[in-house]
Parts: sequence; C-alpha cells; structure tokens
Amino acid sequence: MPEPTTEPAAVPDPLDEAAIGAAVENALAAIAAAATLDELKAARLAHTGEKSPLSLANREIGGLAKEFKAAAGKIMGASRGRVAKALAARTEVLEAEDAARILIEETVDVTAAPRRRRAGARHPLSTLQDRVCDIFVGMGWEIAEGPELESEWFNFDALNFKPDHPAREMQDTFFVEPPEAHLLLRTHTSPVQVRSLLERELPVYVLCPGKVFRTDELDATHTPVFHQFEGLAIDKKLSMADLRGTLEHFARQMFGDEASIRLRPNFFPFTEPSAELDIWHPGAKGGPRWIEWGGCGMVNPNVLRAAGIDPEEYSGFAFGMGIERTLMFRNEVGDMRDMIEGDVRFSEHFGMEI
Amino acid sequence: MRIPLTWLREYAQVPAGATAEDVMNDLVKVGFEEEDVHRPLDTISGPIVVGQVLSKEPEAQSNGKTINWCSVRVVPEGAAQTLDIDGIDPSGVQGIVCGAHNFEVGDKVVVTLPGAVLPGDFRITPRKTYGHVSAGMIASVRELGIGEDHDGILVLSTLGLDPELGTDALALLGLDDEAAEINVTPDRGYAFSIRGVAREYAHATDSVFTDPASLVTVTPSSGEGHAVDLSDDAPIYGKPGCDRFVARTVSGINPAAPTPPWMSSRLRLAGIRSISLPVDISNYVMLELGQPLHFYDAAKVAGTIVVRRAAAGETLETLDGKVRKLDAEDLLITDSTGPIGIAGVMGGASTEVSSETTTVLIEAAHFEEVSISRSRRRHKLPSEASKRFERGVDPAISAIAAQRAVDLLVELAGGTEETTSTDAGSVTPAAPVFLPLGYTSARIGIEFSQSQVMGSLTDLGAVVEKVDGGYSVAAPSWRHDLATKDDLTEEVARLVGYDLIPATLPTAPPGRGYSRTQQQRRRVVQALADSGLTEILAYPFVSKASNDTFGVAEAGAARSAVKLANPLSEEFGYLRTSVLPGLIEIAKRNHSRGFHDLALFESGLVFLPDGTLGTASIPPLGVKPSEDVLDALYDGIPYQPLTMAAVFTGKDSPAAPGHTPRAWDWADAVDAARLVADVVGVELVVTQGSHQAFHPGRAAQLSLRNGDVVGYAGELHPKLLAELNMPARSVAMEINADKVFAQAPDVIVAKPISTFPVATQDVALVVPVEIPAQAVLETLREGAGELLEDVALFDEYQGTGIPEGSKSLAFGMRFRAADRTLTSDEASAARASAVELAAERFGATQR
Repeated sequence: MPEPTTEPAAVPDPLDEAAIGAAVENALAAIAAAATLDELKAARLAHTGEKSPLSLANREIGGLAKEFKAAAGKIMGASRGRVAKALAARTEVLEAEDAARILIEETVDVTAAPRRRRAGARHPLSTLQDRVCDIFVGMGWEIAEGPELESEWFNFDALNFKPDHPAREMQDTFFVEPPEAHLLLRTHTSPVQVRSLLERELPVYVLCPGKVFRTDELDATHTPVFHQFEGLAIDKKLSMADLRGTLEHFARQMFGDEASIRLRPNFFPFTEPSAELDIWHPGAKGGPRWIEWGGCGMVNPNVLRAAGIDPEEYSGFAFGMGIERTLMFRNEVGDMRDMIEGDVRFSEHFGMEI
Repeated sequence: MRIPLTWLREYAQVPAGATAEDVMNDLVKVGFEEEDVHRPLDTISGPIVVGQVLSKEPEAQSNGKTINWCSVRVVPEGAAQTLDIDGIDPSGVQGIVCGAHNFEVGDKVVVTLPGAVLPGDFRITPRKTYGHVSAGMIASVRELGIGEDHDGILVLSTLGLDPELGTDALALLGLDDEAAEINVTPDRGYAFSIRGVAREYAHATDSVFTDPASLVTVTPSSGEGHAVDLSDDAPIYGKPGCDRFVARTVSGINPAAPTPPWMSSRLRLAGIRSISLPVDISNYVMLELGQPLHFYDAAKVAGTIVVRRAAAGETLETLDGKVRKLDAEDLLITDSTGPIGIAGVMGGASTEVSSETTTVLIEAAHFEEVSISRSRRRHKLPSEASKRFERGVDPAISAIAAQRAVDLLVELAGGTEETTSTDAGSVTPAAPVFLPLGYTSARIGIEFSQSQVMGSLTDLGAVVEKVDGGYSVAAPSWRHDLATKDDLTEEVARLVGYDLIPATLPTAPPGRGYSRTQQQRRRVVQALADSGLTEILAYPFVSKASNDTFGVAEAGAARSAVKLANPLSEEFGYLRTSVLPGLIEIAKRNHSRGFHDLALFESGLVFLPDGTLGTASIPPLGVKPSEDVLDALYDGIPYQPLTMAAVFTGKDSPAAPGHTPRAWDWADAVDAARLVADVVGVELVVTQGSHQAFHPGRAAQLSLRNGDVVGYAGELHPKLLAELNMPARSVAMEINADKVFAQAPDVIVAKPISTFPVATQDVALVVPVEIPAQAVLETLREGAGELLEDVALFDEYQGTGIPEGSKSLAFGMRFRAADRTLTSDEASAARASAVELAAERFGATQR
C-alpha cells in the first residue's frame, strides 16, 4: 500500500495528460487497495492532500499563461473528479463494512436475557372466579356479594332450613362466640341470594361468588375454607327448563360446545324441585365423562316469602358450584392442599391465566 | 342405606344377573346417589363346603400346643369327590390339622378346600405341618369374614343348620349376596328401609313393587295388652312427642335360639352386627319396614308404660351402660320405677332383653321428629332408630311392624303370640294438597298430561282426586315430606324423568355489568399481580396474639376480634382483623420449601366487630321479617372491609448476566400501597407512622385526604421478625381497600395542556433531618405559585458539607405558563418565593 511520501514529490505538469493520468491511476490504485477506513484516509491524504501530486499540479495552474489555463483546468478538474468519486465510492463501501462489523461485534446471547420484570401471578381460584363472573355478566346477569360472617337467619332460616332439621346439621357450621348472637361463617353463598332478593328490584338475575366455610379438616379433597358461585334468577314464569338452558349455556362457555349437563333428583331445603348437577366434561383427564358439579333447583316458595316476594307471581331457579372442585377437574389439580397452602409454584405456574 | 340384593328381590323385580352397580345405576335416576358396593365374593371364593368331622386325634406338640389331626368328609356318604383340584382327595375325605378344640367328631363344619381364597387374600393349599399334610382348613367365623367375636370353629348345628355334606357353604351362609349402598337425602326418611327403596326401584325401572307391609296380617286384638299412657304435657311446636304406641307381647321364647344365617347375613351386609336373635329381629324389621322397634324384657317392666317429658333431676342408665342426666325436653318411656328409655333414641339398661329373657314386650311407636332430633343431639346418641325418627317414620306401619316382629319371634325363637295388644294414640292424616292444573308443567317446562301427573302420584302411593281446577292429593302416610304443590311437582318430574326436561335460555333484563367496586377490586388485584406480586388465599383463622400484634398500632392493646365457638384448632381460634398473619405464615411455608425471594399479596375480608354482635333471636322462616327486625339483623353483622396486604422478603429478582438484583426495602411496601390507590385514582397521603408491628423508624402511615387512616407500610419490626422466624428486613403493607375505593373520583376534570416552553430549575435545601421530604415538597409547591408545573425530589444527602442533624434535599422544579413563554427571571422569582416559604417554615437554607 502506498505510504504518504515524506519527500516532496516531483510536481507534474498540469498540461501533461500522461503524467496527470499516471497520478490519477496511482490514486485510484491506492483507493482501491485501501482495506479499512484508516487506510483510505491515508490514501486520501497521499493522493488528494496538499502535498499530493494532483494538488500540487493543480496549484500550478495559477502560474500558467492565460491561454493554457482552461485546458489545464479541464484536465485537472476531470482528474480530481475521478479521484474524488472513487474516494466517495470506496468510503461508502468501507463505512458499510465497518458498520456491519460493529453490529456483528455487538452480538449478544439473547437466550441469556435477564428477566428484569418480576413475574407476578393471580391465584388460579380468583382467576377462575373472574372467568365465571365474566360469562354471566355477558349474559346480562349482575354480580352480588355479601359478608362472610353472617347472621344465622340469612344462612339457614331464610333459606327454609327448619331449625331442627337434619339438613341444617349436614352443613358443618363454624359458629362464633357467643352462640346466642346467632352469627356464623356462611356455609354457602346462598345467603347472598336472600340479600339480593331483599335489596334488588325484580326481576333478579345475579351470580354470587365467594368464600364459604365448613368445619372439615384440610386433606386432599376437603378444606374448611373454599369458594362457591351461586346463581339466582327470579322472574315471572321461569321453569326448570330455563334452569337447564342456563346451565347448559354456561357449561358450554366453560368447557366447549361438546359439554352438556345432566340433572338428577336431590334434596336441598331452599329448592323444590331440587337436582344434582353433573357435567359432561369432554376434556376430562382419562376421557370424556360425567362429573358431579353442584346442586340446583327451583327456588323454594318459602325463600321468596322470606324476602317478601309472592311465589304465585314470581318463580325462579338457583344453582351452586364449587370453584375448587371446578378447578380440580378442569385443570387437573390432584390435591386440594396445593390450592390452599400458598406455595408460589402453584400460582406462578398459572401466571395470569387459567 | 345399604340394600342387600336378595332382600330387595323379595319386593322388587330385580333382573337375575343384576349387580349392586346395576341397582345403583337405576336408583340414581330417582335421586339416590351411589355410595359403595359391599360384596363378600370380592374377597372370598370356594371351594368352601359343608364337611363332617369323622375323626379327631389330639396330638401334643413340642411347643406345648395340642393340635387335632382330623379327617373330614366333604361329600355325601357314598358319593365320590367330583372336584379335581390338587390337594382334594378323590375319596371325599380330607386330612386336616386344626388348632381349635370347640368341636366334636360328628359335627358339621365349614371346610375351606385347597383352591379356596379367604378375606385378606389368604389362599388355601395343602401344606405340611406338625408331621401331616393338612389339605384344607376347618373355618371359624372370623376366617370367613362373617364375625369378630370368637375365633373358634363354626359348628353349623349352633346356627340350627344340618345341611347335606358337600353343600356350598358360601351360599349357605349368605356370602354370595351383595349390597348396594346409596345416599338418602334428609327429606326421605321412608327410604331408610327395604320397603321404601324397593318402591323407588320399581319407580326407576317401571316394574312391579310388592309392599312388604301387605304381606303381614295383623292379628285382631283379643283385648287390651300392656297398659300404655301417652301423656306429653310439653309438646314441641305444639306437636305431641308420641302420637301412636303399639305394644305386643311374645312369651315363651327360647333364649338360646340362634339367628339363622340368612338373617345375620342380610344384617351384616346392611352394616348391622348380629347380637342375639331378639335384637337381630328388631333390627331386621326396622331395616325392612323402616319402623324402629324396641324390645323390653317383659318381666322387668313394672306397671303401665307412660310416655312423658322428663322431670327435673331424673337420670337413666342407657343400654350402653352410661348414666345420663335427662333434660326436661327429653321424651321418655317410663314405667312405675321411672324412666326405662329415651324415646326413639336409646333404651334403658334395667329392662334390656338378655339371654334369660323369655317374654318380650315389643314397642312400635311413632315419635315426633324434632323431639327425637334434640334428644339425640343433647345426649350425642346417634342411632339407627333416631336417624329414622328424625327424618320421619310412617305412622301407619306401627302395628304391621310389631306383627312382623311377633311372627319372626314365633317362627325363629319358638315364642307364643299373645293376642292381646295395645294401640295407644291416634294419628291425624295430613290434609290433602291442592295441585292446580298446569302447575307442574309451568314449573318444570314439560307439558305433562293428566295421566302422567295422576299416574306418577298414584304410583307413589298417593290418593289423587280430580277436582275443580286441579287435583286433590292425599300423600301416602310415609311421605310426610309431600306437603306443598312444589313437593308434588318434584315427584312428578322425578318419576317422569329429569332427563326429559328441555333446555330454554331465559333472557335477563339489561344488566349494569360489574359494579364500580367490583371493577376497582379486579383492576387493583390485577395491577398488583402485574407489578410482580403473587396472589395467595390464606385461611382467615388466626391466634389472638396475631390479632393483637397486627391489628392495633399501639403495643399492649387487645384487638377486639370475633372468636370462633368451634374452631378446628384452639390456637387459631379467632377471625382475622389483619391479612398479614396469614401472609406471613404462607411466606414462612415458602421459605421452608426453598423460596426466599418473595412478593406475596392477598385481597380479602377482615372481621372488625364494633358494638352489637349478632341478634339475640332470629325471625322465623317463610315470612319476611319487619324492617326493624331486618335492620337489627344487618346491624348485628360486624364490619368486614376488603383489605389488601403484601409481604416482601429477600430480593426483588434473581441475579442474571447484566442484572443485579435489589433487596426489597420499606419503599417497595409503600409503593405497593400507593399502587392500590393509584389504580383507582385516589391520592394516598404517606406520613411518618408508628405501629407496633413495624420498625419504629421505617413505618409509613397511610391515610386519605379526608384524614382517614387506611393502613401502614414499611419494614416489619426486627424483633417481631426474629420472633416469627422471618428473614430480617422483610417489609409489608396493609390497606383498607374499601375506604380507598370509596374516595375514587366520579369524574376527573381535564387540565389544559400548555405548549409554551418549559423552564426547569433545581434547588437543594438544607433542613433539619426530622423534617419530612414530603412536607418540604408541598411547601415548595405552595410557595412557587401557579407557574410551577411540577416539583419532584430527586436526591437526599447527609454527610460532608452538611451540618450535623441536617440533610440536603434536592428538588427539580418545572415551570411553565399557560399563556406565554416564561422568562428566566419569572422562573427564578417563583423559585425564590418557594425557597423563601421553606425557609420560613422549616429554616431551610439553600445549599
């Protein structure tokens, strides 16, 4: 590669086309040979700098006789133009190469990216509860809630549980001190049904989700604190067919169009007729099958009377399912304790979804 | 309820090959859930046959035992053995070593032959023992799985049996039967009987039912039997405790008569142990007809039987040997000596039938449900009898059940029927129910025909009469649960089949969607999770100490909290007043499982009793209480605000290339609390706070603009963390979300956006350390006036260059006018007046 000359070069005659042509060729060769921007800079200084043959020759024009100036100018202009164009072209090439090299050098291992945003998680029971609520709100229903520490009247009597009836004992109840205060931890979300009927205008279509309590020890299938959602529809002329239609619609929203439901006779004090609800779960582990899901029925006239509603004019249906149970068979949770113990692995596995 | 299939077959048409599972599949259609299957043949199989001991040679052994070397004939005399199994002798006589001695030569016994399997997967094979090859076993009741009490050899003559040799002993002992166990709902007392279930089976399969009651002929009374006086002077809810009492007597029974295997096998499959023939008969009749019976030793009953309430101070020694203090509400059976039984719950010891009893007095009574239920609970005496009485027994069956017991005692115990009998009291049949035409169709959504309605109800045993505008339905005596037209509607739907109910989707009126609070809650919970916290759901049961520590700011004060009357654990016997104890428990559980860097939150209710707790009485069912009564119910329910809390321990993230994690600190807790308020557009006022659960210098009190304190955030007290075995420097926050949500603005009014250029100026102020930065910031804002667009603290410094006891706070101030470009003089003047106010208020000097 041509080094910048330290000795003053012989000054070519600007009218000597051959000499100028040779200088141009030298310059073009040096430019073409430059492999880096630094080498190109050296070539530029050597061949277009003040001391370069072309610059020196150009400077000679000023001393030429008037009649030669135009010819010399033309020769030098064209020559220096060729060199400048080559320089520009070469610069562009080398700059592009350089930019590409820098980008290559800046390569990182994207697989080692740190997670700077901490991944939080919803509890799957609360995500599932939201999902259920969304379906009913989409059907025009509203969401009703009530206290967890409740009056015995709302939890039992208003729901037609007779004071000494065995059905009352089937719901192993947490009572609070003093027992004469008639307060308890609600054993189901049904007291919210009565509250809704007392507080809302008819017709009423509400879903009541929430925490409920029974005195069961925690094991793989039981927990003293769990969650339910109950639906209540009171309107003129509602029938058990409307109950089935509502449940079927809901089941399909939750489990797909293949899902269906089955009703079996059962007994609950607050509904008459009453039914046990099974769901045909097309995605069940081990193949599609019927799974016990909850209870339902036509609201017992005594429940309506407790809220001051005339059962001859209005009727309706109610249903209730467990959220834990739903999560267990929908998401294949094998052990109740996983939902209860708060192990972060359980929630974080689900993240924000269900 | 367990249903032995052979028993069911007596009264219903069960197909020959049907299994317990098949029966349950049918019963579930009419509302009986399947529970279990009880099938002896699952654990026992033959050849197990009747044999006769031909010889029995006692042989003393070196270990001190004496064994019997026996030869046992297992085929009829003269017949050849047809079984071709290794170890079974073609001669029909087996050599068997037996360790028991309670049998003699000539006794007929049960022989388990090689190839048989006994419960516990005990396989019988010929084996060498005590110098013989023992080819089989002479079986005991325990080995056959039909008894526990004795482990001697089962000698068939003790059961009154003399079968032919070689008879299949499994069939002989009823071990080839099986039972279906179903769940009976509490409204259907009648189904706690073979009679009731057989009827339902017939409904489910549309087949013929034979009522066992119809097979009993009650002997006409030849005169008054044992004197009975029904004298309840304190009926509960106005209903007499006993409205029918049938008494019958059977004399001359043989106390030694055994219970036949067909009966003990059915009882065993039904879950009831065989005790003695009379006791077994009383249980058998109860299971068959649903009428609990009580047998007295007639010789021990003195004088007239009086059914009455207990008197103060009375006691009774019950059959289980316990002396019970009676309550004035207990309904008693008494004789001239005093109480001889708690009606419908348990009999007394003094009149118990024993192995000497030869005359039995039979009680078949109808007791009122509530009375029995209360006595059973009071004395904690659940029994087969009380279970039935509580759910309602057919009052029309008393005399029939008593007769069935009489017949069995005569047939099996050699007794003599006394033809005198007592039938005290009178039962009022329930009034007929009016079922309007079209009612069932409207309720169910199926167009039922008249014949479907009338047919279904008639099938149940009801008497249905077509009347003007509907039907008059007299429910059968065993169906006291059929009291309303809705009860009848369920029966029609059930018998026609729930499967036929069509699906129609009702249209709800236009809803209002989620309420404001519901939306706020969901957005906040989601925001907390989005910001990296993990949601947990803890139990709300805590200790008193936790409530006192986390629930009140000042140490030493007791937190008013709700105590559970029947907690699962005494330690966690209170309802939470703070969400933090549960969160901390869960944080510790995660630590113990190897997770130390945690950010957990919970959103849930806490229980804050203040003033009235509950109501002294509650209104009756089926009527709307008055407004006053309703208000009292509402007022008695403690405040239960939605509360959100978070706990942070360890670091904020895992270390990674190019990323250094940061330890969570007090500011993260404050920030999480702020997030709750920010999401709903509420300003949280953070001030230096004091709370016993928090570090005294690192606790923020959280309040609202209206002055309400809504929570605390900061570093937990180091001493408390040490006591709780939690990592040092753990931080937490808790906030009453309901109060925050209530302050959310209805409408946020827009602020005009000025597009004139900004003028920014910084200021560093030296103030005493105890002056809160927030107070200085607010003073600057106030002093700067309306040209100030924003002010923010960007640095805090103490040390070299700053006097001891002071700190330097650096603020960035952003000025802008709405209508012009500010000059730097204007900005400087605003800044200067801000500094001046800070100097005036806090003695602040510019650095």
